[in-house]
Amino acid sequence: MLLSQFLVLAAALFAFGIYGLLVRRNIVLILLSVELMLNAVNINLIAFESIWVSPEAIGQIFAIFVITVAAAEVGIGLAIVLMIFRNRKSANVDDLNLMRW
Amino acid sequence: MTFVDWISAPVNWVFTIIGLVVIFSGFRVVTSRNIVHAALYLVGALGGTAGLFLMLSAEFVAWVLVLVYIGAVIVLFLFGIMITRAPTGLDESLNSDHTALPALLASGFFLMMSWASIDAFGTQVIDSTGEPVPTEIIGESLFGRFVIPFEVVSFVLLAALIGGITLARRDLSPAEEEERSAV
Repeated sequence: MLLSQFLVLAAALFAFGIYGLLVRRNIVLILLSVELMLNAVNINLIAFESIWVSPEAIGQIFAIFVITVAAAEVGIGLAIVLMIFRNRKSANVDDLNLMRW
Repeated sequence: MTFVDWISAPVNWVFTIIGLVVIFSGFRVVTSRNIVHAALYLVGALGGTAGLFLMLSAEFVAWVLVLVYIGAVIVLFLFGIMITRAPTGLDESLNSDHTALPALLASGFFLMMSWASIDAFGTQVIDSTGEPVPTEIIGESLFGRFVIPFEVVSFVLLAALIGGITLARRDLSPAEEEERSAV
């Protein structure tokens, strides 16, 4: 196994995340793309951990922290989406033009 | 190392299969015209990632990923989709019409990152024995050296819990409030 094959795969996932973030119109789907990008970062952390093995498994610890923060982010994000939907009757970013000029 | 050497190792067949699943699912997450399918394709991408973690001897993180993401986050997303009454059938307006520039940006990023990683770590081999890192080591590290970050993360989760409740609960109108106190 080469290290770079994992890095290239993670880069591809991150690129899909960027594309989805820019192209999707629904807020829930934008959050989904963010999850894809966070996941790509986790692949990188684990791959580097397996090549520079540390006695305290630091790369894996960091991946666990990233997963935890991502879970918190989804909870808050969906609560905000719910608020927006209640106020604007839409979960579409094109309809959120209150702070645009 | 030539391509024939690379592909003759069975572990690389496994990588190729999982990698194709992950790439296809990731692609469908951002291009699917059906919002529920997009969320379910994310399960494929995350499950494949858990498989990669198992290959890289990160057994504990792989199962954390399966439990937290596939078990909880996807369910939360499906709830979000249902609650916001998103159109669950085919919907042509799910993607913006201006896809050329984002596609250019994403593929540019991909080419740059893969060039950089191949240039830097081109032939570096992961000589993993496949032995999973014992969970004991992760536990000792988490509650030893990383105990303060661990506490901070627990505080973040508490704040997210309280914030989620405060944001998502609906304030009652005065009439409803009166009605409720009358009962």
